[in-house]
Amino acid sequence: MEEIKQVFFQECEEQLFELEAGLLTIERGDFDPETINAVFRAVHSIKGGAGAFNLTDLVHFAHVFENTMDLVRVGKLEPSPGLIKLMLRAADILADLVRAARDDDSSDPGPREAMAAELKTWTPGAAPPSQAAAQPQAAAAPPPPKEAASGSDEAFVFVPTKVDLNDFEDLSLAPTTHYRIIFHPKAELYAKGNETTILFRELGRLGPMHVACDISQLPLLEDMLPEGAYLSWTVHLETSEEEDKIKSIFDFVEWDSTLEIEVADGMPTNDEQEEPFVFKPTMVDISLLESIVPDAIDGPDVSAAAPLASVAKPAAPPVAPAKAEKASGDDHAPAEKKDAAAATIRVDLERVDRLIDLVGELVINQAMLTERVAELGLARMSAVSIGLDELEQLTREIQDSVMAIRAQPVKSVFQRMPRLVREVALLTGKNVRLVTEGEGTEVDKTVIERLSDPLTHMIRNAIDHGLEKPEVRRAAGKPEEGLLRVAALHRSGRIVIEISDDGAGINRPRVRSIAVEKGLIAPDAKLSDEDIDNLIFLPGFSTAAVVSDISGRGVGMDVVKRSIQALGGRISITSRPGAGSTFTMSLPLTLAVLDGMVVSVAGQTLVIPLTAVVEILLPQATTVHNFGGNARVMGVRNEFIPLIDVGQILQFRQEDIDPKSGVALLVEAEGGVRNALLVDAIQGQRQVVIKSLETNYGHVPGIAAATILGDGRVALILDVDAIVVDSRNDIAPSLPLAG
Amino acid sequence: MSKIILTVDDSRTMRDMLRMALTAAGFNVLQAEDGVHGLEVLAEQKPDVIITDINMPRMDGFSFIENVREDDQYRAVPILVLTTESDPDKKLRARNAGATGWIVKPFDPAKLVDAVRRVAA
Repeated sequence: MEEIKQVFFQECEEQLFELEAGLLTIERGDFDPETINAVFRAVHSIKGGAGAFNLTDLVHFAHVFENTMDLVRVGKLEPSPGLIKLMLRAADILADLVRAARDDDSSDPGPREAMAAELKTWTPGAAPPSQAAAQPQAAAAPPPPKEAASGSDEAFVFVPTKVDLNDFEDLSLAPTTHYRIIFHPKAELYAKGNETTILFRELGRLGPMHVACDISQLPLLEDMLPEGAYLSWTVHLETSEEEDKIKSIFDFVEWDSTLEIEVADGMPTNDEQEEPFVFKPTMVDISLLESIVPDAIDGPDVSAAAPLASVAKPAAPPVAPAKAEKASGDDHAPAEKKDAAAATIRVDLERVDRLIDLVGELVINQAMLTERVAELGLARMSAVSIGLDELEQLTREIQDSVMAIRAQPVKSVFQRMPRLVREVALLTGKNVRLVTEGEGTEVDKTVIERLSDPLTHMIRNAIDHGLEKPEVRRAAGKPEEGLLRVAALHRSGRIVIEISDDGAGINRPRVRSIAVEKGLIAPDAKLSDEDIDNLIFLPGFSTAAVVSDISGRGVGMDVVKRSIQALGGRISITSRPGAGSTFTMSLPLTLAVLDGMVVSVAGQTLVIPLTAVVEILLPQATTVHNFGGNARVMGVRNEFIPLIDVGQILQFRQEDIDPKSGVALLVEAEGGVRNALLVDAIQGQRQVVIKSLETNYGHVPGIAAATILGDGRVALILDVDAIVVDSRNDIAPSLPLAG
Repeated sequence: MSKIILTVDDSRTMRDMLRMALTAAGFNVLQAEDGVHGLEVLAEQKPDVIITDINMPRMDGFSFIENVREDDQYRAVPILVLTTESDPDKKLRARNAGATGWIVKPFDPAKLVDAVRRVAA
């Protein structure tokens, strides 16, 4: 049952998603009845399941919500914008209730009671939440059948037991009552698939009984409709059960029959009852049959003809044989060809993770093998070498396929946003419209999970600080509704997420003065606009004069930046005063593998992500120039590119090396800024499996992660952006400041 | 030979719960997700009893029952509907569509089996 409960909560999440998506669709003006139905069904489903698990609070709230939705569904209530907005909030409350139920938390009844009350005002005359929906059925179950229910095909032979009351007194039964039940089914009863025999069988479970059949209404065979109902029965039942219990057996057939139940004095005495009515086939008098039926009638089989005299079976002539066989319509199977929905299966995430790990090891092993073989000096075209090449191809393909298993669209992260936006907008008194793009963009599951916190922070920040209040916007000639755009896309082998708002942009003078106030920069520091914008990423920075609940306390952007960097990503900001800001997050597509350039620096082996490398250059005396202090630049075509000595900046060595003896890698960091990394030599290009430094050791500035090379040695993976930023900090102080 | 019951419901939770209650009582259970799917299953297998929900996408319970009854093979097969509360309107509509009986959601497994026994030969 626990498992099913899990399934239920999973299903609730799906339903909640459908609910919100449907309401948003309606809000946009699409009143397709199917959408409205889907919304209704979502709430209905949640309520149904909740009832089964006795989640009363959830059931009650869902019920009110469902009622409102039902009124919309049948056209009694207009889905006006106001109502839809209310329903969106109700959906949020429902979601909270579901999660509280799932996590076994208690939830504050305030919001839901207020919402329920509000919903009711929209629904004139709505029925109050029916208590019946939530009643735990702890009532006494009917007496369990003694016979094995599954297999026994009860023989359709009713042998009435003549009861001797004296026998009863010997048994110490609960006080019993004698009932006389007169049952007269109509034809509709059978048409709906009900069967008198079965009902009587159930009746018989309640106690000893005696059944007598009245066949007086039977017409002649030629007048008889095979589907007609001409029989009625009188049943005498001795039972300790309540009359309601007896009635309940006939629940389904209430309208298609007449039923009388009265308390009788006792079992029919001999002179009262009719001919003992024994359902034994041998009682059929064929001669009687033949004498009544002058002409031979073909077609109806025994069961249809039997009711004429005593019956072999209680009459419920099987419908099928009585009619000529019609070709069973295959037009009744409107199976539209399965729509092209791809077949999916659910897989335990652990298995996928394990598979990815194994494939990672496979890659490393294959690389090692290749190296060992290369060391042997085999001819390049030898069978072994060719075989190894093929192995490498295969391994790569396997790796790509396995990574693709874990790749998921960012949709799952994006789908939490509408609610977040609604709540923050409400809290800050702003009017916000959310537009999302690229929710189908795929990224590894591990990245996705860690996306949601930074994203949440940035959205809150954009609404709280970026967007202005409606009055302010109006005064500035902007539409009162602020626009928040969140887009995901693939760019140069990474996933980029942009969060832009059309708000006021970064207030640079204010940011600068706060930074000075907090001692984060020197009062006379010369900073470009971009530099000022980036001040908000410094730890301890916060523009909120009063720490607001949402994005205050000076932890917001700093934490965001660090968590993104921990993923191997970068974040940058561009802003235009009065027009808005755009935050750009760029993340690796996967945390597992990387195409890298393997280089040597000061005797160490490093790996530089290939996606960052633009060009490989050989520094010449003519191209390298000094530029104040220790800074050097390289002339590349018509540009001067800062030259960064990797060995020095990583403090592998103190003195510079002669650039001419090394190799320069032209790299492009976030924002298109170009630098040249000076390394000793290039060893090769390889796809490496990323092993996290953070989880195994700790964060090292300038280093993104580590890997294991083919020869078994550990190589550090360079964090290009960090190196570039570091180098600027080194260089900047030494630059002569302009007057 | 145990009876075969076809359960038609779009909620996975409900399907699981029905299956659990019915197999515990010794029945064999077939499943379908909505009316259309239910008809597809019926084209291939012949259950002894059908239990169906009302609110489902693609084809709801009422249409499903009507469609089933039109098929000669299933003119008299017992069909039970799952209904929330004891909404008399829904019950009436279901009966007019040809339903044999009903089970109230949320259902007590014992009552479910009871209802099935009341109609299953």
